[in-house]
Amino acid sequence: MTRWLPHPLVAASLLGLWLLLVESLSPGSILLGAALAVAGSRALAALTPPTARLRRFSTVPGLLLDVAVEVVRSNNAVARIILGAAGTRIRQSGFAFIPLDMHSPYGLAALACILTATPGTVVVDYDAAGNVMLLHVLDLVDEETWVRIVKDKWEQRLMDIFE
Amino acid sequence: MTHAADLPLWIALPVALLLLLGAALALTGAIGLLRLGSFYERVHAPTLASTLGIGCVLLASMLFFSVLGSRLVLHEVLIAAFVVLTTPVTLMLLTRAALHRDRREGSEEVPPATASHVERK
Amino acid sequence: MSAAILSWSTLIAALMLAAAIGCAAVRLLRGPRAQDRVLALDTLYLLAATLLLVFGIRTGSTHYFEATLLITLLGFVSTAALSRFLMRGEVIE
Repeated sequence: MTRWLPHPLVAASLLGLWLLLVESLSPGSILLGAALAVAGSRALAALTPPTARLRRFSTVPGLLLDVAVEVVRSNNAVARIILGAAGTRIRQSGFAFIPLDMHSPYGLAALACILTATPGTVVVDYDAAGNVMLLHVLDLVDEETWVRIVKDKWEQRLMDIFE
Repeated sequence: MTHAADLPLWIALPVALLLLLGAALALTGAIGLLRLGSFYERVHAPTLASTLGIGCVLLASMLFFSVLGSRLVLHEVLIAAFVVLTTPVTLMLLTRAALHRDRREGSEEVPPATASHVERK
Repeated sequence: MSAAILSWSTLIAALMLAAAIGCAAVRLLRGPRAQDRVLALDTLYLLAATLLLVFGIRTGSTHYFEATLLITLLGFVSTAALSRFLMRGEVIE
């Protein structure tokens, strides 16, 4: 199994992408998609990516739902800031250093993507030596609040999944 | 618009609302791109268009073509997946490049590479 | 009735997206720095993809999907390449 099909999850998603692209479930397209998926996953294995272990897969749907809710909420917040209806309080953007406890490369990638995809926060830099993430926040109240938001809301749950 | 004449009203209304919401969010993002003061603030603006902006339009398109063709159209999921996966990556690459350039020029706007937080560890 | 609703909403949405593309184009021309221009270009790609989807609904044609897909992929590759260039190229070394 591992030699013939090194990354079953990647192969399955490649097959899914192919079937979505051609929009058919005919035997021909499934066969071609399966061949492409096997070839793709073996090509990936040749690149020897770091191994990932997905523990507690059951929490992934809940996490994705929370990401969607957060995206909608911060879309509203950022739209208000841009259109200048954020109240009389003077808004200040700035950088925040977030010290992390997570070391799994896939977990860090997922965290960075979640934070960047959410309007209002962008991951600017990551320092592997100190395991510190540099974040730019559009509406920075204070750094400590954001450290707590990132750690409690996302990092803990991603650590449950990836480590 | 003859093809849409036989579309039921209860599907035309949500499609129209989603379209207008998505376009309005994309426009807000673009206005932000114009109005915000510094590069690091402007980076936040396109995320409006890349998340809910294109998301609403994709949802409207899925609804519309599914009802029109009376079969489930999932093509848009593919575009949504690409956009969701690629936009954060490009934004991170771009801000990283900008940070790199600003640090090389010794800009006061960005924090130095060795911040006090790192040294404390 | 639904034809009229859709006709008007797609028209207004297309106009709003056109205005958004205008904003991004102004930022692209004004800069002031190279990263601002690349960011504006990336936004332009995204807005063009959204506009094509609106056109697809307006004309009831599914042929716009492929174009949208291609534009999103091209936008990703070009922005990634330009970011690498900003990081490594154009330096007095």
